[in-house]
Amino acid sequence: MDSAFVIEKFILVAVIFGISLVIAMYSTYAERKVAAYLQDRLGPDRAGPFGILQPLADGIKMFMKEEIIPTSSNRFLFIAGPGLALLCACIGTAVIPWGSPVLIAGKTIPLQVSDINVGVLYIFGVVSLGVYGVMIGGWASNNKYSLLSAIRAASQNISYEIAMGLSIIALLLMTNTLSLKEIVGQQHGLNWNVWYQPLGFLIFMVCSFAETNRAPFDLPECETELIGGYHTEYSSMKLGFYLFAEYINMFVSSAVMAALYWGGYNYPGMDYVAAHLGPTWAPLIGTAVFFGKIVMFIFFFMWVRWTIPRFRYDQLMNLGWKGLIPLAIANIIITGVVIAIIEKF
Amino acid sequence: MESLSNKKKVLEQKPLSFMERMYLPAIAKGMGITISHLFKKEATVRYPEVEREFSTNFRGMHSLKRDENGKERCTACGLCALSCPAEAITMIAAERKPEEKHLYREEKYAATYEINMLRCIFCGLCEEACPKEAIYLDGPIVPADYLRKDFIYGKDKLVEAPLEMKK
Repeated sequence: MDSAFVIEKFILVAVIFGISLVIAMYSTYAERKVAAYLQDRLGPDRAGPFGILQPLADGIKMFMKEEIIPTSSNRFLFIAGPGLALLCACIGTAVIPWGSPVLIAGKTIPLQVSDINVGVLYIFGVVSLGVYGVMIGGWASNNKYSLLSAIRAASQNISYEIAMGLSIIALLLMTNTLSLKEIVGQQHGLNWNVWYQPLGFLIFMVCSFAETNRAPFDLPECETELIGGYHTEYSSMKLGFYLFAEYINMFVSSAVMAALYWGGYNYPGMDYVAAHLGPTWAPLIGTAVFFGKIVMFIFFFMWVRWTIPRFRYDQLMNLGWKGLIPLAIANIIITGVVIAIIEKF
Repeated sequence: MESLSNKKKVLEQKPLSFMERMYLPAIAKGMGITISHLFKKEATVRYPEVEREFSTNFRGMHSLKRDENGKERCTACGLCALSCPAEAITMIAAERKPEEKHLYREEKYAATYEINMLRCIFCGLCEEACPKEAIYLDGPIVPADYLRKDFIYGKDKLVEAPLEMKK
């Protein structure tokens, strides 16, 4: 491992980390703007032109607020909770292929931090770790509402992870690989997986809504029943970490959905662009397209949040166990049968 | 029991049909409704920069009027203070001196005239009570402030600008 490799990866990690933080930051702004426009309002427009400095103001506010740690809480876990939530949200970006390799200064640099051959499993592992931040925080607060919320989050995540995993198996039957880079590479041009796996994508998307604790599955933080949910006792930047982790999770799951089902950095006419712009700029355009898809998904997340009311707890469980899991299994069977027939003839 | 008025409506909750149990058609419909609001005009008024148009009988900040010669109309009779249900108005009357004839219309005038804007309910009864047509609630919205004492408006804020300044 030479030093150039380390430096290259270090820069890539720093850039991706920075981008995901900035996107999460502006997601908070976008969320409020989208909410406002969907409700015929204007949203924040005081800080800077069109309110674009609002996330900065919010960040300063979060840092300046008084830090309260309840005396009856478990101090170590109380502090570890939000950190873990943010950490688990961030490390998911490591295996996502942001673009095809770029030629910079005579060197081909892959726009992916690490192409591990079990990328999909890694994503799943990280996503299921994400619930620990919520659980630890909720438990350590020593508050009934927080604990209830943590239990809800845990049971919800476990239920929906199964359906999510099953939905992805149908996709893996088609792609024959667990490496995200290869899965994206197979979707050249407009040959996106979503055309072959519409049901799988639907199940996957519903499950990612549940995994990120977003509306309509935001039961862990429903104010009407649980005050603030698992972050009831949190204040200052610890609260900020939890809120931030949710937006980073949203960004990562948007990226995963775009990469697995919507072709990642592939777009129609990419060969033409690659032939005309050369190996430096064409991949970067692919990356821009990928980010465009991610932004679309983030908008979709918000759009859904401001449309659909929250599920009741039993409805949530019914949908997960009696709706999505049988559907996902049926999807696997259909996919398997179709693949067998195609291979036979 | 049979309803006599025949107005009773028996509601029955039918079990959900398959399409309804699928959630998705209803969700798509709802999403269509919300996205259509994205293209509607916002109801928000950017207040300090833009002001909403008021109706003609809007009651805002009070102003103490002057007559056609620029003399203050108020004679400090106290009817406005008496009629005020919120007891927001106080005043101290004074006698006009000969050299002040160009300032005040009648022999008695209000040396101080104070309205507590935090007490005022903008009912307009002072306007109705005034026999001299000296007070009208025809101003803008009373602005916000930080201190209670700054909401007690004296003559400096209430009296209309002199005639020559108005032009």
